[in-house]
Amino acid sequence: MAQFEDQRTTVYKVDPEHPEDATLPTLRTEELLLNMGPQHPSTHGVLKVILELEGERLVKSTPVMGFLHRGVEKLAEEGTYHQFIPHTDRLDYVCAMYNNFAYCRAVEKLMNITVPDRAEYLRTIVAEIQRIIGHQFWLGTQALDIGAMTVFFYCFRDREILLDWFDELCGARLTTSWYRIGGVERDFTLSLFAKLKQFLDYFPPKIDEYVIFLEKNRIWLARTKGVAVISAEDALSFGLSGPTLRGSGVDYDLRKYEPYSAYPKCEFSVPVGKNGDTYDRYWIRVQELYESVKIIRQCLEQIQDGPIMADVPSVTLPPKERVFTNLESMIQQFKLFSQGFNAPPGEIYCGTEAHKGELGFYIVSTGGGKPYRLKIRAPSFIHMGAFDHMSKGYMIADAVTIFGTYDIVMGECDR
Amino acid sequence: MSQLAKRIEDTFPGVCTKVVEWRGDVSVTVKREALHDIGKFLHDDPAMRFDYIVHVSSVDWPDDEERFEVVYEVYSIRTRQRIRLKTRVPESDCIVDSLTDIWKGADFMEREVYDMMGIRFRNHPDLRRILMPDEYEEGYPLRKDFPLRGKGWRDTFEFLDEPTR
Repeated sequence: MAQFEDQRTTVYKVDPEHPEDATLPTLRTEELLLNMGPQHPSTHGVLKVILELEGERLVKSTPVMGFLHRGVEKLAEEGTYHQFIPHTDRLDYVCAMYNNFAYCRAVEKLMNITVPDRAEYLRTIVAEIQRIIGHQFWLGTQALDIGAMTVFFYCFRDREILLDWFDELCGARLTTSWYRIGGVERDFTLSLFAKLKQFLDYFPPKIDEYVIFLEKNRIWLARTKGVAVISAEDALSFGLSGPTLRGSGVDYDLRKYEPYSAYPKCEFSVPVGKNGDTYDRYWIRVQELYESVKIIRQCLEQIQDGPIMADVPSVTLPPKERVFTNLESMIQQFKLFSQGFNAPPGEIYCGTEAHKGELGFYIVSTGGGKPYRLKIRAPSFIHMGAFDHMSKGYMIADAVTIFGTYDIVMGECDR
Repeated sequence: MSQLAKRIEDTFPGVCTKVVEWRGDVSVTVKREALHDIGKFLHDDPAMRFDYIVHVSSVDWPDDEERFEVVYEVYSIRTRQRIRLKTRVPESDCIVDSLTDIWKGADFMEREVYDMMGIRFRNHPDLRRILMPDEYEEGYPLRKDFPLRGKGWRDTFEFLDEPTR
């Protein structure tokens, strides 16, 4: 910054006494520093990027993060394992269910708990609904950022149906906290099953509709094809995951690589791109919408009656009806919430394929009811690490496309 | 001992101080000086190919002589296995070789470790705070001696007196 200012003063030197003597300054180029954000609407929250520009080309971009830092990892060390579940809602606040899921899975790995079959199916169904919501949200906002406005309204119209469905399921649209360690909070009602089946019939034609809006839009195509290209090798080296990595042709999907929940019992394919550009990543997300519908359909066919919570009284919560009628259950509930359960000393890492990428929890336990250290592997944060690499040489307007292509949410990025 | 840990031990004799296998996770604690070489070996060796970096983390053990633990978790797309590489550093000299030249993604993750735990990384291209403000001088928030409510700066705010009734 300082060196630019010095140069500027030397070029436009005009003698104030004789301004007519001043020669025209020679045409000189220099890099321009531009602050984008933190209140720029297309940065999806509060992200600031310092762009170094040469003309309209990006030479270097430096993300400045932390505006939404709330110290979630520190908070985790002060509460019990159960108490942390609502905090995970606020990480990626657009897709709370998947955060709950990833966290509960990590604690279950730590405690070595097997979740009953029905609960696994319920979890998978809800996780896939959350993936649909996440991809709809991404599709709408990303197209809006680039200037294709219509698809935003269509995506949000359909997203609303699912959010209302969540509302009926757990009483909240966004901050859900429906997953519990060892199972889920409550079973689906018959009305929820009926509504879900109705939605599955309604939704696939709507995906075709979104696609028509975008793929017939020449401006949108020009702004996504060949933009933000990253090779498979670089993408791996940067630790990208989810559709951002699969766009570059690596079929890394934890649902297939390290199968969990009811995914191994369902048939689905993992779409993989070729060129590693924004368009390929868009294409993958759209294909995943179809795949999610497929997975939910299969789960609904296969699901059997059974318990929705693992029966490990020292760890899992007792059913609500019993808490109100049975003294032992009430004591158990009270103890679990006031002291937590006794976790064995050790450390685990458990990654889950959220719709943004690999959402992982690294938990270190030294015994007792609280985690000693809890580290969140947030895909948004790690994707921002590749921003400079991926934006180099593109136009300034493409910066918006590149934010969009990662599907960043700052709540998760800054934690 | 797992195959992986054995392979490391064979290639670099005497550097592994602890190998733990628990709940299917393999974690290998190595001496600080050997961290970079082992990282390079894990990344480049044709039988290993740990090309995907999962996360970089840190743990504070205030009672131990070597207080901080730096944790690298890497994954191999080809062999579909993960390994956790750990190293310990004392508080008086908390500096580790950066692995940014091996895994590019380590750049931001190491910056976060520096920001939160105060561990420095040698040869890191841009070691600055990342989540906390640049000018933050109250320490490193994830250390165990940092209180949850902060360092008390909230108490130093001047509030207007309550209106007299």
